Amino acid sequence: MTTTTMTHDEAHHDHAPTGLKRWLFSTNHKDIGTLYLLFALTMLFLGGASAMVIRAELFLPGIQLVDPDLYNNLVTNHALLMIFGAVMPAAAGLANWMIPLMIGAPDMALPRMNNLSFWILPAAATMLILSFVVPFFPGGGTQINTGWTLYPPLSIKVGMSMDFLIFAIHLLGISSILASINIIVTLLNMRAPGMTLMKMPMFCWTWLVTAFLLILVVPVLAGGVTMLLFDRHFGTSFFDAAGGGDPVLFQHLFWFFGHPEVYILLLPSIGVLSHVIPTFARKPLFGYKSMVGAMLAVATIGMVVWAHHQYTIGMSLGAVTYFMVGTILISIPVGLMIFNFIATMWRGSMTFETPMLFAVGIVLMFTFGGLSGVMLAVVPADMQYHDSMFVVAHFHYVLMPGAVFGLFAGVFYWLPKWTGHMYDEKLAKIFFWTNVIGFNITFFPQHFLGLAGMPRRIVDYNAIFTEFNVLSSIGAMIFGLSHLLLLYIVIKTIRGGKKAKNRSWEGAKGLEWEVGSPPEFHTWTTAPQIK
Amino acid sequence: MSVNDNGQAYYIPDPSPWPIIGMVSLLTTLLGTALTINGVGIGNILVIAGLLLFAYLLFGWFRDVISENLSNKYNAKVGVSFRMGMMWFIASEVFFFAAFFGSLFYVRNIALPWLGGEGYLSMTQEILHSQFQMAWPSNGPGELGGEFTPMGAWGIPALNTFLLLSSGATITWAHWGLKENNQKQLVNGLFATIALGVLFVMMQAYEYGHAYSELNLTLESGIYGSTFYMLTGFHGFHVCMGAIMLMAILGRSMKGHFTPHNHFAFEAVAWYWHFVDVVWLGLFIFVYWF
Repeated sequence: MTTTTMTHDEAHHDHAPTGLKRWLFSTNHKDIGTLYLLFALTMLFLGGASAMVIRAELFLPGIQLVDPDLYNNLVTNHALLMIFGAVMPAAAGLANWMIPLMIGAPDMALPRMNNLSFWILPAAATMLILSFVVPFFPGGGTQINTGWTLYPPLSIKVGMSMDFLIFAIHLLGISSILASINIIVTLLNMRAPGMTLMKMPMFCWTWLVTAFLLILVVPVLAGGVTMLLFDRHFGTSFFDAAGGGDPVLFQHLFWFFGHPEVYILLLPSIGVLSHVIPTFARKPLFGYKSMVGAMLAVATIGMVVWAHHQYTIGMSLGAVTYFMVGTILISIPVGLMIFNFIATMWRGSMTFETPMLFAVGIVLMFTFGGLSGVMLAVVPADMQYHDSMFVVAHFHYVLMPGAVFGLFAGVFYWLPKWTGHMYDEKLAKIFFWTNVIGFNITFFPQHFLGLAGMPRRIVDYNAIFTEFNVLSSIGAMIFGLSHLLLLYIVIKTIRGGKKAKNRSWEGAKGLEWEVGSPPEFHTWTTAPQIK
Repeated sequence: MSVNDNGQAYYIPDPSPWPIIGMVSLLTTLLGTALTINGVGIGNILVIAGLLLFAYLLFGWFRDVISENLSNKYNAKVGVSFRMGMMWFIASEVFFFAAFFGSLFYVRNIALPWLGGEGYLSMTQEILHSQFQMAWPSNGPGELGGEFTPMGAWGIPALNTFLLLSSGATITWAHWGLKENNQKQLVNGLFATIALGVLFVMMQAYEYGHAYSELNLTLESGIYGSTFYMLTGFHGFHVCMGAIMLMAILGRSMKGHFTPHNHFAFEAVAWYWHFVDVVWLGLFIFVYWF
């Protein structure tokens, strides 16, 4: 292997490897970030396609398109593709691209491992897709009809496709842990001199906390699915009451991971907002310190409230009360974040380019999703809402604005930096409006469906729910198709467009705007001095 | 700053084929395992091929890292990155074991009392399995796996505790030797550590054989068998990994790769070994003793 040491006076600025090797063997954070983002976009469309089938099936009562097991398998795949395939890799892609630029580092701390954490993802996606495909073959066993939560005993009875899924989760876990280690080490060790932790850009802070959460909770999920694997094949009885185990144990293990996972999805987007809103309000972020504190509080409390997903399993009164109070407590730091965003906008000279439109949309819609979350956190009320479409509406209102719209905002905000071209503002605004309106038409009616008693994860429904479901499905088609526009805008921007300045946005602050647009292949080979 | 005090830049490696080979090996191994446990014949071949590729990957990747290190491409800051990376990796391992320990505590303190009729679930117990009494060790109301004898703490497990604790001491002794540039003490210390580790694994294997053939304590022995073999098994697996890492370090020590100030690989393996040690103490107390 040839080796190149970079020194500050003879940096290889335009020395990018060419061809396939550049992408397969990459050790460059920008290329790996691009790979992450492209992978996430692909998975967004796969996950979106499964959602379209789900909504098409639910357009009218009765079973028209898919049989019940396939329907449930689509629900399972939709969740896993979106969470592990789209949102987490997209957030990791932003982290890869932006963190070294923002902290003045020449690259991620462990560049080869960085590439490994990306390339495990396509392997995991292969296993995930196989788990969906295998049951269509003779001898392939049954479909995965458990939903993404994989609760035993049902998940123990599923055929061999479940094993593919379990290994897919192992791979996704390895990838997340390696990426998180890399991000933490980069943030703690590679900051430019003078950049103390409390001067670090907010996006970096959010990722520091996110990576920490990932390292804490992903191994627990890996342990849980490993026990599932052993229960399925090697005769153990972790989740079998006949042997003294307990199916509820799996739920605890799963949600010990699953609830912090919500914050893992949310926090990077909060980080994006903390850059977008100050830029377009032309004011510094209000309450930087309180923002950091709020985030740490969210992460800490978020680690210890997992069982609010399991109120109906028969926990003791003391336990459910604790989980209820803890959950509702989270609304305080989250409210603080929202307050800070509004205070940043207050009396700012705002303009509404697409990233800002998404940001304002998030502040409104995420708050809405948060409020339905408080409803769900209340034990007696949740007994009624549990496993209804209300829950589906709630978590889509949290995850779409809270995570996905934040990533869209980030993509539009930094697209000029990555490609060197401004995107088509008019098309992007059309994308924003179709996307947001489609989203609301899809999920708003589901609140009413849930309150009226329509259960989730069931292929058919009572005819009295027809009108709202028709409305929801029409919204879903608008929402789904709008992403084709996103694809078109991204491709168009990569291919050309108005040249972007280094500081692509007038109000943008931070080190990432001092490098070129697009940046040189290696940036910050000499670290800047932060005052 | 990417340039540190002695003027050397942070080392960014050239494009490397190892990550993608890692991906292929992991995918092949896991695909093979998924097929094997479902009785599909080709799986075995895939597992073996995947593991061989993985071994090749480890050799290749670490050969690159070692040669970069020996040709002084790493500045102090790279060393800090490596150290932090290893610490966070061990942190993730701690939480992996926490899942299994947590399950053990959950079963003993919540699930089994429930099955025994504690609290408001007493009706369930009365109707479904009224003869079942809460006890530990237990193989549940179904008495899965039949009657068994639990593993006592004061035979082989106590001896194993002694072995692992001694190995923690010998590796520290080796580290002292390394810091004083005493290669003989380093090699002897490492050799003793490996010997103790291997002896531990052999004792553990003997204990498993004894449990299966004489105590009727198997993986199928209800929740006691499940937690016992899962916890000790994953720990044993980690001891094996640690022993392999120690052997690599021993080889490098004999070649004189380490200097008193530059021996990250040694430190990383030592930390890992201590981590495995501490997990064992948890096992001894909560799995064997109480």
